[in-house]
Amino acid sequence: MSSVSQTNVQQQTGKSLVASLFSACKQLKKIHVSTLLLALILAAPLISISIEAFAPNSDTFAHIQQTVLADYVINTCLLALGVSILVISIGVPLAWLIAICDFRFKGFFQWALVLPLAMPAYIVAYTYTDLFDYAGPIQTNLRNWFGWQSATDYYFFDIRSLPGAIIVLALVLYPYVYLMVRAGFLEQQANLTHVARTMGYSPTKCFFKVSVPVARNAIIASTALVLMESIADFATVKYFAVSTLTTAIYDTWLGYYDLAAAAKLSIIMVAGIFILLYFERLQNGKKQTHNDAKLSAQKLVYQLNKKQSFAAFCFCSLILLVSFVAPLIILADYAIDYFSQAWNDKLLQFTLNSLIIAALTAIIAIVFSLLLNFSLRIKPNKLHKSSLKVASSGYAIPGTVMAIGVLIPLAFLDNQINALAESLNLSAPGLLLSGSFIAIVLAHSIRFIAIANKGIEASYSKVSPSLDMVAKTMGQTSFNIFRKVHFALIRKSVLVAGLLIFVESMKELPAALLLRPFDYQTLPTYVFQYASTEQLEIAALGAIIIVVVGLIPLIVINRSIEKN
Amino acid sequence: MKILSFLLLAVVTLPSFAKDDTVNIYSFRQAFLIEPILQQFTEQTGIKTKVVFAEKGLIERIKREGKYSPADVVLTSNFSKLLQLSDENLTQAFNHADINANIPAHFRDQNGHWVALTKRIRNIYAAKTRVASPFTLSYEDLAKPEFKGKICTRSGKHPYNLGLVASMIAHHGEAQTKTWLLAVKENLARKPQGNDRAQVKAISEGLCDVSLGNSYYFGKMITDPAQKAWADSVHIIYPNQQNRGAHVNVSGAAVAKHAPNKQNAIKLIAFLASEQAQQAYSSLNFEYPVNPQVKPADLVASWGEFKEDTLPLTKVAENRSAALKLIDGVKFDL
Repeated sequence: MSSVSQTNVQQQTGKSLVASLFSACKQLKKIHVSTLLLALILAAPLISISIEAFAPNSDTFAHIQQTVLADYVINTCLLALGVSILVISIGVPLAWLIAICDFRFKGFFQWALVLPLAMPAYIVAYTYTDLFDYAGPIQTNLRNWFGWQSATDYYFFDIRSLPGAIIVLALVLYPYVYLMVRAGFLEQQANLTHVARTMGYSPTKCFFKVSVPVARNAIIASTALVLMESIADFATVKYFAVSTLTTAIYDTWLGYYDLAAAAKLSIIMVAGIFILLYFERLQNGKKQTHNDAKLSAQKLVYQLNKKQSFAAFCFCSLILLVSFVAPLIILADYAIDYFSQAWNDKLLQFTLNSLIIAALTAIIAIVFSLLLNFSLRIKPNKLHKSSLKVASSGYAIPGTVMAIGVLIPLAFLDNQINALAESLNLSAPGLLLSGSFIAIVLAHSIRFIAIANKGIEASYSKVSPSLDMVAKTMGQTSFNIFRKVHFALIRKSVLVAGLLIFVESMKELPAALLLRPFDYQTLPTYVFQYASTEQLEIAALGAIIIVVVGLIPLIVINRSIEKN
Repeated sequence: MKILSFLLLAVVTLPSFAKDDTVNIYSFRQAFLIEPILQQFTEQTGIKTKVVFAEKGLIERIKREGKYSPADVVLTSNFSKLLQLSDENLTQAFNHADINANIPAHFRDQNGHWVALTKRIRNIYAAKTRVASPFTLSYEDLAKPEFKGKICTRSGKHPYNLGLVASMIAHHGEAQTKTWLLAVKENLARKPQGNDRAQVKAISEGLCDVSLGNSYYFGKMITDPAQKAWADSVHIIYPNQQNRGAHVNVSGAAVAKHAPNKQNAIKLIAFLASEQAQQAYSSLNFEYPVNPQVKPADLVASWGEFKEDTLPLTKVAENRSAALKLIDGVKFDL
């Protein structure tokens, strides 16, 4: 009797196992196809630009190569190098101080140091130009104190320069390093620090010998993001009159009317980024460790002595002051003085437009990135690997070029739709996709999905594959493995990535400028139209709204890292 | 789900372009600069205006949108964009008796694809106290050694400077223009940066003595309380009055090739050429009207009479690419 029921049970489990395996296979296929489709959508701008690059072009490219290209490349490299060095030397010590050490006001700095991320770099550039300019308060006061008459009487550094651009970009981008490396430090097993302490390592020695080497992956990954962002920057370098490769791209396209040559330059830039990412992956591959869900509960912190504590306080305050407080005060000053001119009912509408675009961008980028990462996880083949790589390349494409890359396929689709409608004797619906806010959301999603890919990939790598195997033997479908196992373990990094994308999308200007529908404004386009005509005073209120809206998600991000 | 259905609704209701009572404008000019004039147009005709403003990539957008592009009118802030539009076959011919009557033939395309709407002069701004005999200055003078370290300008590759350099090539040939450019570069007080107004600001701060800038910026600075001091520190100079006259550029308008509301587009352009709008251009934006019946606004007129360079704008456009190559060749911006 009992043996019969046992066989029954065995048969049933056998059947259900076969059934679930079968359905898993079906799902796998679906996932496979959808991954391909996704990769295609995400790569569409890059493909469009590549096709453009092969169009026959004039001698523009050769001319630029002979004249200014070398300078542009050097400037781009110096910019990328300078920003990288600066963000590491700001972000890593800050991350370590906050994660490992204890000092006064640490609780405040812990979240406050994230805030500069809400500042668009070009806004900081505008405010700092006003501050450090000849007519700005600093030079004016210096002249009054020392009795200097004109610019020829003294030396003052020029903020509109390559070093100026490096400093401004580093000030708004260091939070990437701070956030990701801090999370890295917090995840480090506390006993490492403990061993270091028992060996009598000083805090400094522990920082260099233990923490930094172990957090290497996080440092490299976050710096890679910063690097891509600074290479793709246009607004800040343009304002500071620094010619970089993005300048060359815009010049060839809009000056020489040569989209083909511009596309070639963009492809070269993306290729450079691929090489960088390859090295980054090489580094990452060397030290892949899976945390087997065993986190030491006790956290060890260095209690800094009075002097050290004061130094830490000064360092944190200085960074916060120059990266966030000072620009915000300048903006607030303008916003108050010019409030009646700047405030109008439309501003609320623009804010709403920006919020909708940022939220949709975050959702779409996260869903796409999860699908890509998941399919790579369950089927780690070359196709999925390269899908993920291609999907991350958008971050390095300058915004306006990305906008064109999105416009080309969407306008093509629109034309097909209209032609189809006409052939069916229906009235042409007009342009549904290009020139709509959907186009803006798509451009933003493709540009910022790299942020999600980075975060989710890193988080995924810590989920031990043995968990998948266990789940599989328990008869779970792939979707369930994803939902119940993976997502549960990586949901924090998903949240962080989503919020970061939201903040970035709030700040992003060029795609909205080119792709927007009639009479449609986002906060950045509103700010830009005044700032670009030297009317920062009127733009300030809009800029402050961008910053304030960005603050809320940033504080949530910070909380979630700390709870880890 | 709710969000999704909202979105769908938005997508379905969005494309409401092809209405009879609207005109869709793609503008290279800041929307808020032309808004008051467009309001007058709507009041007069009942035709609503819809605007997309972008400095970069608008031509590419029209090109890619193709047959179904909602654009009716394209407004540009310089001549080369007008020509690029018609060269790339993105415009169509239009004809209207009022437009022909209000805009002289040399400010209209021979084939009727575009019209110029306003004139702007490429002026030299000179520090009131520091430049000897400023009123006889010419563009060629900027290469003189006496201006070493005293010149400020925006990027050489900005369309306004590009037009000037192209006209120099038309007058003097490439070799001579290159020598001139190199000398001007040697005379720069700082790397080219900022916009035209920022250069006048720099003069008021004593960073340099002369700069290049369009005429209407002078009016904008004078009427802006925060910038009046900048304008007060300089003379506005109309260069080359002893010989060929000052370099002129134009803003203009064209009708898009696939304009869904072509008649409204022509009505708008006819309005922009009318005395009412031309006066508004001059009094609000301090530009020079192309309509000969309209006198410049008082403030603009107070800057004095002057001689214009009569070199045809098409000659300037022909040399545009050569100018850009020269500017890159001498690394003017670096």
